[in-house]
Amino acid sequence: MKAVVTVLGEDKVGIIAKVSQLLAQRNINILDVSQTIMANNFVMMMAVMVPDDLDNHQLNDEFTNLGKEIGVEITLRNAKIYDAMHNL
Amino acid sequence: MNSQQIYETSHMISNENLDVRTITMGISLLDCIDSDSDQACQKIYDKITSKAKDLVKVGQQIETEYGIAIANKRITVTPIALIAAASADKDYVKYAKTLDRAAKALGIDFIGGYSALVQKGYQRGDRTLIASLPEALAETDYVCASVNVGSSKSGINMDAVAQMGEVIVDGANRDVMTNAKLVVFCNAVEDNPFMAGGFHGVSEADTVINVGVSGPGVVKTALEKVKGASMDVVAETIKKTAFKVTRMGQLVGTLAAEKLGVQFGIVDLSLAPTAAAGDSVAEVLEEIGVSQVGTHGTTAALAMLNDAVKKGGIMACSHVGGLSGAFIPVSEDAGMIKAVNAGTLNIEKLEAMTAVCSVGLDMIAIPGDTPKETISAMIADEAAIGMINNKTTAVRVIPVPGKKVGDTVEFGGLLGYAPVMAVNSAPSTAMINRGGLIPAPIHSFKN
Repeated sequence: MKAVVTVLGEDKVGIIAKVSQLLAQRNINILDVSQTIMANNFVMMMAVMVPDDLDNHQLNDEFTNLGKEIGVEITLRNAKIYDAMHNL
Repeated sequence: MNSQQIYETSHMISNENLDVRTITMGISLLDCIDSDSDQACQKIYDKITSKAKDLVKVGQQIETEYGIAIANKRITVTPIALIAAASADKDYVKYAKTLDRAAKALGIDFIGGYSALVQKGYQRGDRTLIASLPEALAETDYVCASVNVGSSKSGINMDAVAQMGEVIVDGANRDVMTNAKLVVFCNAVEDNPFMAGGFHGVSEADTVINVGVSGPGVVKTALEKVKGASMDVVAETIKKTAFKVTRMGQLVGTLAAEKLGVQFGIVDLSLAPTAAAGDSVAEVLEEIGVSQVGTHGTTAALAMLNDAVKKGGIMACSHVGGLSGAFIPVSEDAGMIKAVNAGTLNIEKLEAMTAVCSVGLDMIAIPGDTPKETISAMIADEAAIGMINNKTTAVRVIPVPGKKVGDTVEFGGLLGYAPVMAVNSAPSTAMINRGGLIPAPIHSFKN
């Protein structure tokens, strides 16, 4: 499934590295990356392709735990939810 | 990939309480009718537990994959008064217990449809079901009940109105929670995914998925960005926000129906509050500009909000249905509770508000010594508003034994908590004791 990873939080060294590392470990390919700083907040969106055999539940837990570890909020959602809300 | 849009959606879900309030599976029980009530109950249990066996699982799968909460998974069934009428049973508590057992086996949140439609008169099943309502609700946990006592086409059944006053008082004396699970309607709809008034109408397909959206927090946040702008801008902002919220409902409903292999019914375009902070319809009205909900201007603000939600939502989904409007349940809305405690919001103002929004006097705690005729008269007033204005109205009032005005009662979960509100103490007994039928209103000369 095509999904979007969002990362929000205070900027610090190594956020992209750690998120990318987890993605690579799970064989998740990065299709597109956009990253910016808004009002001192680190904001990153990654379009990724999640292999069908991965357990979404476990994956969500792993990203939540990684987020806690580095002090940012990480979510992974099927990209369709963003398309549905903003595109006809 | 548009980062701004992704950020907006993500923020709505994480910070503004955007969720899907419910996916509700409607199941017809018409093929379970049997003159032997044990047989009928077995068929009902088997049909519900087989049709909905994956409902909770599918809901959880969608929550995980799409990262959006689905607060409740529910089931509605054909009004039991129609299904049970073929049996010679003296009460239908057995049917209610069967529904409860099925709900527990499936792990769902509510099952609705212990219902009767008596807007023009009673058939035998209606009479038996209504008489058994207090016992059925007191002895079950997940069963929700509703009785339709009026409609724009047929008028108001005042015998039923009088009886519902008795039922509500009887229920309150058994267990205060019974009346949180009972709604008295005028113009009840057949595809309502919300509780406690949901049932599966006889004209519906065998099994359908209906969805109810939420999102007062999202609307409030959007309005915070247009402070001081004209009402045109406010209405436009609500429309755009409602569109986005409804798209979530459409997506989740389509996915759920696909995964469960059943027809997708409707999206109910509703603003459904919870008692949690930042999830309040009252706060939206206050953001529009009334200092506290209940003061002058509230009805106008609510009328605009309700209309704009529909206009925005209607293009966002394939089929609209259910109650579709802003809900104003007192116990489920932190802003409403605050306004009642401050003395700004009373039952009379709430009644006026129900003339322009969905649905009625909802989740209102009243003193335990309120006479049954007064409760009936409240039902009659609400039904009259619905009948004349061609809209659904309802009453879900909760007399709390031993409590007086100003006390607080806890319902728990999505039902929240409520301050006990004052009702008019002048009696309406003679009117309620007349009984009979208020004739259907004229549908022309609208003034």
